[in-house]
Amino acid sequence: MAPALTSRWTGEYRFLIGNLLLKDFRVRYRNMSLGFGWSVASPLVMMGVLTFIFTRVMPNKIEHFPAFVLCGLVPLNFFSISWLTGTVSLIDNAGLIKRTTFPREIIPIASVLANCLHFAIQIALLLILVLASGYRPNVNWLFLPVIIALEIVFACGMALAFSALDVYVRDTRYVVESAITVLIWMVPIFYDSNIIPQQYRVVYHMNPIAAAVMAFRNILLENKMPAFSLVSKLTLVSAVTFTVGLLVFRRLKLRFYDYL
Amino acid sequence: MSTDHAVTFESVSKIYSRSTGRKLLRSHVEGWFGRQPREPFYALNKVSCTIDHCESVAILGSNGAGKSTMLSMVAGLSYPNEGRVTVNGRVAALLELGSGFHPDLTGAENIELNAALLGLARKRTDYLFDSIVEFSGIAEFIHEPLRTYSTGMMMRLGFSVAVNVDPDILILDEVFAVGDQDFQTKCREKVMAFKKSGKTMLCVSHATTTLHQLCDRAIWLDHGQMVMDGIAAEVISQYEGRSTTAI
Repeated sequence: MAPALTSRWTGEYRFLIGNLLLKDFRVRYRNMSLGFGWSVASPLVMMGVLTFIFTRVMPNKIEHFPAFVLCGLVPLNFFSISWLTGTVSLIDNAGLIKRTTFPREIIPIASVLANCLHFAIQIALLLILVLASGYRPNVNWLFLPVIIALEIVFACGMALAFSALDVYVRDTRYVVESAITVLIWMVPIFYDSNIIPQQYRVVYHMNPIAAAVMAFRNILLENKMPAFSLVSKLTLVSAVTFTVGLLVFRRLKLRFYDYL
Repeated sequence: MSTDHAVTFESVSKIYSRSTGRKLLRSHVEGWFGRQPREPFYALNKVSCTIDHCESVAILGSNGAGKSTMLSMVAGLSYPNEGRVTVNGRVAALLELGSGFHPDLTGAENIELNAALLGLARKRTDYLFDSIVEFSGIAEFIHEPLRTYSTGMMMRLGFSVAVNVDPDILILDEVFAVGDQDFQTKCREKVMAFKKSGKTMLCVSHATTTLHQLCDRAIWLDHGQMVMDGIAAEVISQYEGRSTTAI
């Protein structure tokens, strides 16, 4: 029953991942006249609309509202796009999987990493806006890369698990799409996370994207270290998600060929 | 490689049931079994054989006989439900050439991507790049996006990358319909050179004349079961005799 599972692929991981990222980059930006502009334009439009609504239509007391909103939008955007493109990545690359024996884990992970350039541009935009709002860099900013790395790990875990499920049950992508629209309300984009009632906070903070947004605001807008409990929850959930995602993927990948 | 056989199949079965393999497979199985629910379908049924190093073996059979299933297991792409498949050596499978190509990338970019997928290291790819381009014979279009290529040109490129992986075991699934007469001759020469250098080969083709030239041994599959295994010339003539009487 147990087949010889050792992969006969003898290539280089770095060379392959590099090439997959390059492919994605070239395909995405070669066919766009605005190129990188899109990475900047879409969060700016969203930020503008939300700022208008929440300062003119339904005024609130949050200071520097544009920077506040963008702190929420940037981590959320990255995760939503990564989760969705990660989920469909195996189906999109069915031809490769049916024909070559490279380690399949590379496909969803590369699809998440491909979104990181986008993410980096948006973070740069966020930092510019934060500086323009009168904040200055300080030692707490060093936590930012940690939070970003944890979010990427979490996104990779989700992409691994859901891409494997999507091979067997093609409806998975619609479940993910619906979950993303729900997620928007579970993350403090245009409200302050302090308004969450105490009894719900434990659960609310377990959502790594909410935790990432809160940490972003701690670091950039409140000049303080992100709360230890927040970072430890983010680390825990990200690590568990990645491990479970990898295990699910390993278990399901043996029959990808039959289902694609 | 040190081990005795290149490929060993020990009572290997591959079973699909009607509910699995959605989309693609369901339509096949429905076609074969009408609408009977959940009847297991044996793509391969207890097939045993060994293939030695340096052997070149043809696999014969009508559509759906299990040829591609067998090749996919040798290539390490799919796994048996029962039995055991053991492969010793680096395998290169030339199946559906160029399906990993992206139309918006140039020929050169596709060569690199494809080489990385097939398991070549960066240095080796750089080293082989010129010979891959030269073999494909489309050097003047190599920096054009692939969507401007003809089907033949794409196949040439796919074949050129795949044969340069330098495998111990080469799998050829209907790849001789590639390109024009000149390129086909070139491919055949390349494959003959492989054979002479003592590599193991597994070929599937409906062009039995090609198989005659390339293979010493042939395995005939029918509905997932082995019908005959022997010297190529004998099995091929038996197979052709049967096909004509069956029709």
